[in-house]
Amino acid sequence: MGKKTPLYDAHVKHDAKIVDFGGWDMPLHYGSQIEEHHEVRRTAGMFDVSHMTVLELRGEKVVDFLRKLLANDVARLKDKGKALYSCMLNEKGGVIDDLIVYYMEDDWFRMVVNAATHDKDVAWITKQAQAFSVKVDEPEGLSMIAVQGPEARDKTHQVIDKTLAEKAASAKRFYAVTDGETFIGRTGYTGEDGYEIILPANKVMDLWNALYNAGVRPCGLGARDTLRLEAGMNLYGTDMDEEISPLEAGLAWTVAWEPEDRDFIGRQVIEQQRGQNGTRKLVGLILEGKGVLRNHQKVFVNGDEGEITSGSFSPTLGKAIAFARIPKNETEQCEVEMRGKRVPALIVKPPFVRDGKACV
Amino acid sequence: MSNVPANLKYTKSHEWIQDMGDGTVNIGITDHAQSLLGDLVFIELPEVDSEVSAGDECAVVESVKAASDVFTPLSGTVIGVNEALADTPELINKDAYGDGWLMKLKLSDNNELKDLIDASAYEEVAAEDH
Repeated sequence: MGKKTPLYDAHVKHDAKIVDFGGWDMPLHYGSQIEEHHEVRRTAGMFDVSHMTVLELRGEKVVDFLRKLLANDVARLKDKGKALYSCMLNEKGGVIDDLIVYYMEDDWFRMVVNAATHDKDVAWITKQAQAFSVKVDEPEGLSMIAVQGPEARDKTHQVIDKTLAEKAASAKRFYAVTDGETFIGRTGYTGEDGYEIILPANKVMDLWNALYNAGVRPCGLGARDTLRLEAGMNLYGTDMDEEISPLEAGLAWTVAWEPEDRDFIGRQVIEQQRGQNGTRKLVGLILEGKGVLRNHQKVFVNGDEGEITSGSFSPTLGKAIAFARIPKNETEQCEVEMRGKRVPALIVKPPFVRDGKACV
Repeated sequence: MSNVPANLKYTKSHEWIQDMGDGTVNIGITDHAQSLLGDLVFIELPEVDSEVSAGDECAVVESVKAASDVFTPLSGTVIGVNEALADTPELINKDAYGDGWLMKLKLSDNNELKDLIDASAYEEVAAEDH
């Protein structure tokens, strides 16, 4: 028996298949993860992401602290409400976690980190925050719903308070708005437009039911995984971990090298990897034939060997797709070892799908 | 609890067998098996007219979660396969005992039917699996 979110009873009511995810009892699917996937690409779906960790960082030097803690640079955030995706590295340049941080006020940032990494993240952040006198709080009693898909925003506006709906409607992509205790970020993990809504746990069931009645389908972790894979988004613990640098995980675009004198944790090590020939690369794979690519299958590229980090079936493309870490990225062809046979696959640059459309 | 029709025979490896009474059988995977696998996405079936022996791996059903071999519990000649599964493998998820059938066999040894288990025995197998 794992931890349960305040929406657990709703999942059971909708016949969810419940699985363990980082110590939480979470819905894998509510019947068909492929139908749930299509619903998000075509209309709207919702995910219970209440297991994720929300942290409040407060202090006069919170900007200085985050510029030390994160590989991306919060100084890029010029407007209040703007979000930034970043890796948090250890001294060896390995990824402790990937996260989103929101600029709330000059002395207040809100951070959302993964569920499975909760304990080590909080310990690391709290330790690093001491030198900057930044207070790290984990507010109790918050829940989170992600509403995703081309109709997600409209359907959300229909069921929330009018003032908040007007604010949300005016939010640009990757911005958040707040009204009282409710926080709405125009962010997500599916490659579709939509919101991630943080609100008090005692109000989350009402929102879930209202969205359901507005025609938003509950979606589980199964669809969440194939949606994020199609969208070219990494999963922590699978595509990267503390032994893997962001440069080896397809996340070089999230590292802010300028200004050169910003000495973020891990910089010295990944600076050496930068531009170096021996640095492995994370690429996308598409299987032309039948079958499904799976995590840890071996990949052969011009005699070198790599490995699939995330493999699955893409419901949108109707083919198997994957991320693979390979020694070099100089060709478009490779072979994958599947069930004892080597089969050809195509090397591509993710994402595979964005805003409902194939892009490979 | 999964659906286990009483008129069918079963194997411990989650196949169902419908004895047509004329020396032929239909074979598929059980509702319990499809529920464990999740959404099916690729089905590999044997060639029509091929000879199979009891215990042979004769098909592969692959879901978003895993690939699984299907074993024929009976020997004989494949006289038909469910071509619809190539484009709509989800028929197995929706109707494992009907539209989601895998293949038809003409038996070479009717005595092998005695080795199959009945619905109540299969229900016990499926219950242990949880």
